[in-house]
Amino acid sequence: MYKKLGLDPPCSPPILLDRTKVRGEFGLQVDELSGQHLYACYQCGNCSSGCPLAQEMDILPSRIIRLAQLGQKEEIIRSNTIWICASCFQCTVRCPKGIDIQAVMDTLRQIALDEGVDHFGPDQIDSKHAAEVPQPGLVGVYRKLST
Amino acid sequence: MKRIGVFVCHCGINIAGTVDVERVAREAEKMPGVAFAMDYIYMCSEPGQLLVREKIKEEKLDAVIIAACSPNLHESTFRAAAEEAGLNPWQCEIANIREQCSWIHSDRKKATEKAIKIVGTIVGKIRLNESLEPISVSITKKALVIGGGIAGIQAALDIADSGYPVILVEKDSSIGGHMAQLSETFPTLDCSQCILTPKMVAVGKHPNITLMTYSEIEEVSGYVGNFKVKIRRKATSVNWSTCTGCGLCTEKCPAKVPSEFDRGLTTRGAIYVPFPQAVPNKPVIDRDNCIYYKTGKCKLCEKVCEIGAIDFDQEDLIIEEEIGAIITATGYETLPIADLPHYGAGEVPDVIDGLAFERILSASGPTTGEVRRPSDGMIPKEVVFVQCAGSRDPERFKPYCSKICCMYTTKHALLYKHRVHDGQPYVFYIDIRTGGKGYEEFYHNAEEEEGIVYLRGKVAKIFRDGDKTVVWGTDTLTGRNIEIAADLVVLATAIVPTESTAELANKLRIQTGPNGFLSEAHPKLRPVECINAGFFIAGVGQGPKDIPETVAQASGAACKVISLFSRDHLEQDPTVAWVDEDLCSGCRTCISVCPYDAREYDEEKEIVTVNEALCEGCGSCVAACSCGATQQRNLSDSQIKSMVTASLGGE
Repeated sequence: MYKKLGLDPPCSPPILLDRTKVRGEFGLQVDELSGQHLYACYQCGNCSSGCPLAQEMDILPSRIIRLAQLGQKEEIIRSNTIWICASCFQCTVRCPKGIDIQAVMDTLRQIALDEGVDHFGPDQIDSKHAAEVPQPGLVGVYRKLST
Repeated sequence: MKRIGVFVCHCGINIAGTVDVERVAREAEKMPGVAFAMDYIYMCSEPGQLLVREKIKEEKLDAVIIAACSPNLHESTFRAAAEEAGLNPWQCEIANIREQCSWIHSDRKKATEKAIKIVGTIVGKIRLNESLEPISVSITKKALVIGGGIAGIQAALDIADSGYPVILVEKDSSIGGHMAQLSETFPTLDCSQCILTPKMVAVGKHPNITLMTYSEIEEVSGYVGNFKVKIRRKATSVNWSTCTGCGLCTEKCPAKVPSEFDRGLTTRGAIYVPFPQAVPNKPVIDRDNCIYYKTGKCKLCEKVCEIGAIDFDQEDLIIEEEIGAIITATGYETLPIADLPHYGAGEVPDVIDGLAFERILSASGPTTGEVRRPSDGMIPKEVVFVQCAGSRDPERFKPYCSKICCMYTTKHALLYKHRVHDGQPYVFYIDIRTGGKGYEEFYHNAEEEEGIVYLRGKVAKIFRDGDKTVVWGTDTLTGRNIEIAADLVVLATAIVPTESTAELANKLRIQTGPNGFLSEAHPKLRPVECINAGFFIAGVGQGPKDIPETVAQASGAACKVISLFSRDHLEQDPTVAWVDEDLCSGCRTCISVCPYDAREYDEEKEIVTVNEALCEGCGSCVAACSCGATQQRNLSDSQIKSMVTASLGGE
């Protein structure tokens, strides 16, 4: 219907929630690969507020965790957040519930790569800007690709 | 002329931040009659009080004015200090320069001018203050507790244990209240019945407690220490003194009435005991639903009762009692689902309220604790809990937070999960409020370890779709709307005062607030007392609260009653109305304006007298008296004139 009318599909469709999503494959996979417990998160937002790259992300880190709790895999692996994340550990050291959010981000990148989702690679940085990219950022990019 | 001392308090920065207290003291010193004035940072502290006591002696003061906070707070403190220094307590007055001046103004210059005027009015008044003695009244050391829920039970037991007789009045046929309906209690999950029923039995057996269930308050007159109470003992249609409580009549009754105790999930007979652990465990006939009372035929209960305890002709009985203090513990109801049209208005069968879910979870409930939904008995796999159903909604329903729902909903979700392992509970909430010992930990465990999904947002609509109950809500944490095809929906409906609270409060002449809950005398410092002396409150009737808080408040109210009864005479403020018998024309206008029934017509003298024990000193009769016969002690017409003059800047 949207196509017929020449419109974009709705950007915030309702989440049809049931027990296969909240306790489903995706959540379990994230928990298992990261060694973290997603449901420990009570959405205080400390990871987002302390994230030095939050302004570049389309979805804040705390909301990524929230979407993962509700089994929203597609939305997460298509976000730029998991690739913008520099694995700086700010979120992990701030989390009052002791969740290693960086490990969750790593896991989400892994899942995205497994799904063959497009990502940002070091070859896309032109030489002019490469010198300005902070070293940890560059290391992060390679790390993401090698995990 | 009296030598008056003025003591101006800074109250830290509460007063001194807005009012130039030193200037107030300097200006006060110039007022006629003022022999001494000073300011001090905390007048109510021990060093502050010591200053007052010392200056009374050193400066040979006859009267003192404390310019500080409201007399509600520290009048008694400073009167006691003045008395200790040898003054009559009624030679001490408070000039309120905090609540009525510094707190409500910001312009320092104007506030200071006003504070000076306030002090001036009190100087004008105190010049003419008489020395008074408190009025002594005798006291009947017997308490009345209204309401037999956990609050009333606790209060009655505490008073009875200290040796004073108590009458416990309950409108239903058994005590126990809502707590008897609960399955388990947060955050420890101990069984409600297991902790409540022993207390119910203790009430039934206590030698100092007279239990009057199926009874209501008809009329209350009198005053603290000397109330006269009429109690209506409603006709039970069963002779309780011979009834053995065998239960045969309740089994055989052919009438089918939705059980109030089971929230309509089961039926009861017209002759019934509300629940098996009832105290007293005796049946009553609900005449509105009894086939005999409706059609004149049946009397099956009479036929099966071997001892002939059924008495269809029994009438209501009015009992009169003399009482010294009254505790009102009238409890709560929940907002009916019928009032919530967006949540199905009670017409969707699998949308129930929290108390109904308590019955479903209860081992003694309609499903013996197995979670089955009302429509078809199916074990629900997707259960949605909706918080703030009518609470925190000032535009449409109730503005306040019902306080216990966050915790009991978490408990519900947890208990559901314990029973249906493959089921999924969801909780829609606006905020999760877990202020209480062990509460936050309880909630965290539920969310983190027990797999309960919390969704932050209000539910907009609930409707039936086939055998599913569809919930349209939102989750503001993802910024996405949520749709759940649920098998069962449990609403945490708003807590409201019981229907009879307003009428009862009227009879007792105690106050209720804007939402119908009983009002305490002071929200912090007098949380269990009413404004009117001799009345106390406990439990949810005063405002939403959980069981530990209710029990604490009930024990607090009981303690106040016990402390009242520990004296042989009560002392009352003598600043009441009095009548100049030569001037009184006997017109009785005062009787019609007195809110406390304190004015009585003396047939012999043809004048209207004042019952000093009843008079609260409100001044209504003084203002209404057309011949100036009625005056109020220490607030005489000449004192008021002098105060008005001072407030207008004269002397």
